[in-house]
Amino acid sequence: MDDLSDLYQDIILSHNKHPHNEGDLDPHTGVAEGFNPLCGDRLKVYLRQAEQGKGNVEAVTFTGEGCAISKASASIMTSAVKGLSADEIEAKVEEVVALLTAQDEPEIDLMTMGDLAALAGVRKFPARIKCATLAWHALLAALKDESAVSTEADG
Amino acid sequence: MNIAAVRSDFPILSREVSGKPLVYLDNGATTQKPCAVIDKISRFFEYENSNIHRGVHYLSMDATDQYDRARLRLAEMIHAPDTNEVIFVRGTTEAINLVANSYGERLQEGDEILLTLMEHHANIVPWQMLAERKGLVIRVAGITETGELDLDDFTAKLSEKTKIAAFTQVSNALGTINPVKELTRLAKEKGAMVLVDGAQAVPHLQVDVQDIGCDFYAFSSHKMFGPDGVGVLWGKQEWLNSMPPYQGGGDMIEQVSFAGTTYRGIPERFEAGTPNISGAIGLGAAVDYLNQIGHAEIERYEKELLDYATAAMSEIEGLNIHGRAENKVGVISFTLDGIHPHDIGTILDTEGVAIRAGHHCAQPLMDHLKISGTARASFAFYNTQEEADTLVAAIRKVQKMFA
Repeated sequence: MDDLSDLYQDIILSHNKHPHNEGDLDPHTGVAEGFNPLCGDRLKVYLRQAEQGKGNVEAVTFTGEGCAISKASASIMTSAVKGLSADEIEAKVEEVVALLTAQDEPEIDLMTMGDLAALAGVRKFPARIKCATLAWHALLAALKDESAVSTEADG
Repeated sequence: MNIAAVRSDFPILSREVSGKPLVYLDNGATTQKPCAVIDKISRFFEYENSNIHRGVHYLSMDATDQYDRARLRLAEMIHAPDTNEVIFVRGTTEAINLVANSYGERLQEGDEILLTLMEHHANIVPWQMLAERKGLVIRVAGITETGELDLDDFTAKLSEKTKIAAFTQVSNALGTINPVKELTRLAKEKGAMVLVDGAQAVPHLQVDVQDIGCDFYAFSSHKMFGPDGVGVLWGKQEWLNSMPPYQGGGDMIEQVSFAGTTYRGIPERFEAGTPNISGAIGLGAAVDYLNQIGHAEIERYEKELLDYATAAMSEIEGLNIHGRAENKVGVISFTLDGIHPHDIGTILDTEGVAIRAGHHCAQPLMDHLKISGTARASFAFYNTQEEADTLVAAIRKVQKMFA
């Protein structure tokens, strides 16, 4: 596959067309908007725990305007983090960010990563990495119910 | 115009990107540089480099002479009545900040500034900062369906309270050419000072500040085939002479003592510190180059190219062109149904086609159009109909991928 079809894999295109868990979440215990000032894209991530900051995440949804990469990444994320604890989610975000920014071809265990593996193609397009990380940063902020986060904050 | 000869003046146009010949259609962001400019700057650093206005030695006098001649070239280009009215700044953004900070001092609480919906952030934010500081009111003239300025709305929002009217000559996001002479006349009737943002106009149009009748005109070198980091603020000397300096430092003073300092006249009073000497000289070379080709010829060629590209793109189903003003420069802002502009930009890039995707530093305009952004193909006189064809083919590839 060439780099472009690595980026726009069928999994990405399909999530873009038919995103999972798109919409508001009512009730929710946390919500945050991720904003990329470079392109103007906004994604809002909602999540529900037993109570704010406690217990495993029962549901995650997202709304907003974004490119195929940011939308697919958000869609894949909502399924990938469901049922995880806050610590597990933080580890998962680190894992995804490492995958997206890896210098060398990352080793991917398809069994454990599932659809997340489809995001690996983004690393060859540095201009698009922030599209892919937008939802994940919003998720971390939503865990803390921090309302807003920008891709351009503190570098 | 011999297009093959023109293209060979721009070395970068013969390179490849992603293994394909570069099709550079991001001229609204910055333009490419001809050998005449590149060589002039190289020669300056290889052979002529020196600071200006201070040395008694040969090189310094020569550099000063070249810097002054560049100012003269710029004054001629925009038909400024006096060369000293041309202030070298970092670019359009600094030019507008200079006026907002220096001229803006005389505004009083409750005074109004009239802008338009199609302004670049550079012609919005400096005024907002001034308004916040001084308790001013910002009014915004709207646009029509086709992306032209709504003249009735503009007129309605002008009043005796309007102290500044600031508008762009050409919209960077829509390509619309505004009737700046008419707008200036309307604003002046109410006694407002008029600043015209010429950043997107100077690479395409013949500009005559006296004919427009405005008070200030701002533009950047890098958008008109010169180097980046330099630009021009032209202002009527009656204003410039009455405005406090924007920055203090060397070169702008007459005498400095701790008891008090006196300032030089224009243009030096607004050029504190060592300026971008090589940049100004390079910009002067760009003006010479443009004069050689001829503005009338550039306008004719670009109009033909715009019509061709617009017709070809209009045939693509699911493609929407934003900005269909009757008077336009070679800017085609578009969206594709169901496909985000960033995805279009990335896929076009792999075909060697460079465009801009996003909000084009015009978020209020995007909000009005109810879109997060557009893909924008912006042409210059070195682009060709074949390149427009390559763009169209690449857009079709995008649609195929997302089908």
